[in-house]
Amino acid sequence: MSLPSVESLIEKLTQALTPYFSSPESQPLIVGIETGGVWIAEQLRRRIAPESELGRLDISFYRDDFTRNGLNPTVKPSNLPTSIDEQTIILVDDVLQSGRTIRAAMNEIFDYGRPKRIILAILIDRSQREIPIQADFVGASMSLDSNSHIKLEGPESLKLVVKTLDSHAE
Amino acid sequence: MPNSNIQLDDNGRLRHFLSIEGLDQAILTEILDTAGSFTSVADRTIKKVPILRGKTVANLFFEASTRTRSTFELAEQRLSADILSLNVDTSATVKGESLLDTLQNLEAMQIDMFVIRHQDSGSAHFFAQHVRPGVSVLNAGDGQHEHPTQAMLDMYTIRHYKRDFSGLRVAIVGDILHSRVARSQIHALNLLNTAEVRVIAPRTLMPVAVESLGVSIYDDLEKGLADVDVVIMLRLQRERMRGALLPSEKEYFRKFGLSQERLQRASPDAIVMHPGPANRGVEIESSVMDGKQSVILQQVSFGISVRMAVMSMIVGQSGLSSGPQPGGDA
Repeated sequence: MSLPSVESLIEKLTQALTPYFSSPESQPLIVGIETGGVWIAEQLRRRIAPESELGRLDISFYRDDFTRNGLNPTVKPSNLPTSIDEQTIILVDDVLQSGRTIRAAMNEIFDYGRPKRIILAILIDRSQREIPIQADFVGASMSLDSNSHIKLEGPESLKLVVKTLDSHAE
Repeated sequence: MPNSNIQLDDNGRLRHFLSIEGLDQAILTEILDTAGSFTSVADRTIKKVPILRGKTVANLFFEASTRTRSTFELAEQRLSADILSLNVDTSATVKGESLLDTLQNLEAMQIDMFVIRHQDSGSAHFFAQHVRPGVSVLNAGDGQHEHPTQAMLDMYTIRHYKRDFSGLRVAIVGDILHSRVARSQIHALNLLNTAEVRVIAPRTLMPVAVESLGVSIYDDLEKGLADVDVVIMLRLQRERMRGALLPSEKEYFRKFGLSQERLQRASPDAIVMHPGPANRGVEIESSVMDGKQSVILQQVSFGISVRMAVMSMIVGQSGLSSGPQPGGDA
């Protein structure tokens, strides 16, 4: 399968998101989800709003499969640089699949405050949603069978890879 | 000695947290790393994460406690647990059957986790041996045996300020004989490969055969403090003393109290710790306690993160159901 270049997808998202930054007095906050989402979010921040700070979320504490899979001991601290009350947030992740990560991320965001709006930007939207969450902007959509796993490698040079897994999903 | 392996499940993961003895370095390090992840929760507007949502934790304190109990409660609340705190008054010693009765009554209330402090050594193990499958027990101090979460918050504090244990000299000073904290600390420091652990105490407050725990022994505070990187002061536990082990508190301070002057013998960047509650002017001079080398209040803050870490590790590994795996992590 030929995969799109990450660069072209980031460019597409940049084009789509730039209009939200037109008003100097209300700039959205770009927030990436650890780990791949932060890499993409950082690229978008550099292109669209280089003066702004990047928000990072590690949603490990909010995962719905926590009691099954336990906690990764090296959870990175989440960091939202400003108060998010009445703030527009552009939430960024690399791959959208079940939707569970985004649900967890939104739960975490609301523990920090009440944003005015959350816009979801995703690099790759693959099928197999398990809950009704849709992205506002996607770099590319593709449908992969359930044994395939798509992953963003980085952060030095960002690259998409598809792996076919055995019966055990990650 | 109660069997310590009851703490681990078949996969070697934490199931109860009863004593440092019986655990290995990997688990201790995992606790410290996990605790590090939780420190940022305290900086949020809403200081809560949903890890223990829907779980009920009972705090059973058969002995008085302020710090341990309140930091356990805060840790539980920040993990979104429902909590029940009982101060169990025990003028008559509670043992065997009556302790089991307490346990069974609480189990009938669908408690998922017990945090227990009790004046009898081995009581947390006793609880752990009798709870239902899937229910966990955390030891918040049992008699003169162990106080493992205190030791882990002390290890977290030491690692926070000193990074690496392998080059450290650590002195534990005072009432070693009655101290479950000291026992847990010694095990933890040794498991984490601390270069040298010293215990400093009058001979009457030193347990027999303490050297078998892998420590060097001093009965002279000034000699013992020479070049140490960490000084851990212990509270003089008058309530546990039977018989005349000490001449007077004044005399104790004269020989074993940590003063500014004596602290000079330690390494210049040594930190001073105390598990609390401290007796100012008995084991530690007020100015040392409030001085710039003291990290006593930081220990209290770290205690919350460490207790959150232990509880989340236990819950995250309880393997509730092994239903189908989620479709993916995206």
